[in-house]
Amino acid sequence: MSLVRNKARFFCSMVAGSVVALPLVSSAGVLPDDRADALYHRYEGGGVTIQGPSVLVRKKMAEKYAVSANYYQDMITSASIDVEVSGASEYKEQRDQYQLGFEYLRGKTTYNLSYTNSEENDYKAQTASFGLSQDLFGDLTTISMGFSRGSDKVRNSTDPSFERDIDRWSYRVGVSQILTKSFIATMNLEVITDEGFLNNPYRSYRYIDPNDTRRFILAQEIYPRTRTSNAVAVNGRYFLPYRAAVYGGYRFFTDTWDIRADTFELGYIHPIKQQWTLEARVRYYQQDNAEFYEDLFGRVDQQNFMARDKELSTFNSIAFRIGASYEFAQTGWRFVKKGSVNLFYDRIEFKYDDFRDARVSQLLPTDPNYRPAGSEPLYEFGANVIQAFVSIWF
Amino acid sequence: MSIGKWMRAAALSGALIVSSLVSASTPGGVAPGFTLPSRAGDNVSLEQLKGKVVMLNFWASWCGPCRTEMPLLEQMHKRYSSLGFTLVGVNVEANTADAERWLKDTPVSFPVLFDRESKVSKLYDVNAMPSTVFIDRKGNIRYLHRGYKPGDESEYLNQIRALIKE
Amino acid sequence: MIKGFAAKVVFSMLLIWSLSACGNIEPWVKPYERQQLADPIMSPNLHPISASYMDHVWEAREGARGALGGGGGGCGCN
Repeated sequence: MSLVRNKARFFCSMVAGSVVALPLVSSAGVLPDDRADALYHRYEGGGVTIQGPSVLVRKKMAEKYAVSANYYQDMITSASIDVEVSGASEYKEQRDQYQLGFEYLRGKTTYNLSYTNSEENDYKAQTASFGLSQDLFGDLTTISMGFSRGSDKVRNSTDPSFERDIDRWSYRVGVSQILTKSFIATMNLEVITDEGFLNNPYRSYRYIDPNDTRRFILAQEIYPRTRTSNAVAVNGRYFLPYRAAVYGGYRFFTDTWDIRADTFELGYIHPIKQQWTLEARVRYYQQDNAEFYEDLFGRVDQQNFMARDKELSTFNSIAFRIGASYEFAQTGWRFVKKGSVNLFYDRIEFKYDDFRDARVSQLLPTDPNYRPAGSEPLYEFGANVIQAFVSIWF
Repeated sequence: MSIGKWMRAAALSGALIVSSLVSASTPGGVAPGFTLPSRAGDNVSLEQLKGKVVMLNFWASWCGPCRTEMPLLEQMHKRYSSLGFTLVGVNVEANTADAERWLKDTPVSFPVLFDRESKVSKLYDVNAMPSTVFIDRKGNIRYLHRGYKPGDESEYLNQIRALIKE
Repeated sequence: MIKGFAAKVVFSMLLIWSLSACGNIEPWVKPYERQQLADPIMSPNLHPISASYMDHVWEAREGARGALGGGGGGCGCN
């Protein structure tokens, strides 16, 4: 029996759960300066538009304690390919996220604690983190460790009785090493384990219609109840003598779903005179599909676990960024020590190797663009990401 | 879980590393002599200051705690310079443009010397930023401070007063 | 197994660092030589509000996650 939902949500609410804490920066015997930032973010691509504000404030006391708070919001309008394939109409949604963090510096050790809460009408996520970082070897080396515990509640807006949980544990270790006066390298390792209802309750896999092999039928995805992933990343940053910086990194990822991914990044920062800074960056990402992922299954319940989330498919993406920052109030203005206005633009091209544009087999066979299920063109799309933000240090 | 075990092992190793690294160098002995160009344009040597209590402060404009400390050092210099005390700032930057720009906004009345080639930093084995060395009237190193945390200035004042009385 | 791999990487990292603790290592970059490293353009996390947003963008669209953190460097004061 095919399931037709008149209001299907495909924005990966799972993301809310894997809420990324503000990057936990280790300090070298000094807490970072007080600051406040306000960001407007906008992502547009593949039929999805997500925009909203993010506000961050951090304040330290007696050079020993620091508090930080972040409010982040996503306003989502989605008519993504998954929404269209399911026959649903464009939907709107909002996600609110709050984060509170504390830091305590004692000698060469910084301890940090944070709590994050994210909510949308059918997904709630909470994460608590603890970490510490330690400077060693004349402050040339910084070792950091962290642990997070998360707990999510998954709901389904079309079925009020539906409620599932996800439990998450994450362990991080990192080393940052100054190699020369101009060169710093870091290595990070993170292991994450999820347990519970790991798929999106609105998403479907598709299988060949037994009555018409040119068409497909949708059925609810079934995911394993656990997932453990390992990621290890190396990064380096080098100061060029005429005052510029070049940075790059590589991350290797594997998990128990058989996904393997490589991420490469290369960037260049170029200050001009005293007040302007330009940045350019390129990022290449590629991944292999999850073991239970298929664009089109042969029949219903073909396997124990079946998924058609394009995030789990074989694909690659390449992103180009250009950014500009302008520093104002450099000699201070009232309580402001300095400030900056920043604009970043990223263009990301996604190209899928085993995820097809299923809308094409839903066209009338007389349509010149029509292709039968399984022969549709591979999906690809481009996205624009804009960030405009103001930072003040006080 | 095995992850928990190696996390504990990691924390333990980290603690062991830290404890094995604590090393202290103790002050004492004659303060090495030097001559450096000063901000005012002339050359200043430590010899000229013999007979005064000298508080040698190694700093850089890129060092946050150094900048925080400066106004306090200026106050100390103003207060005690008539009693045979002087603060001497040693800027350790190879390129002094940033330091000079900062001093325009935060002026100080004590001499600021430029150690562009890090000769004096090496001579005094500077291993923290900022570093403050107290030299008594006879030219011996008496106290050594590594780094600056709010509240350190009260200890500075005690030590200045003790050395001035000698 | 993957878990074993991660454990081995971390353990070997810590082994190297703990071995170097035997005998006092003289820092080869002196505190007064950290001008370049203290420059904001060398900071690994100059725009935390932007970095955390981009991490979220990637995690929402990719299967991979984690190991995006870091710090260190800077002025090395105190």
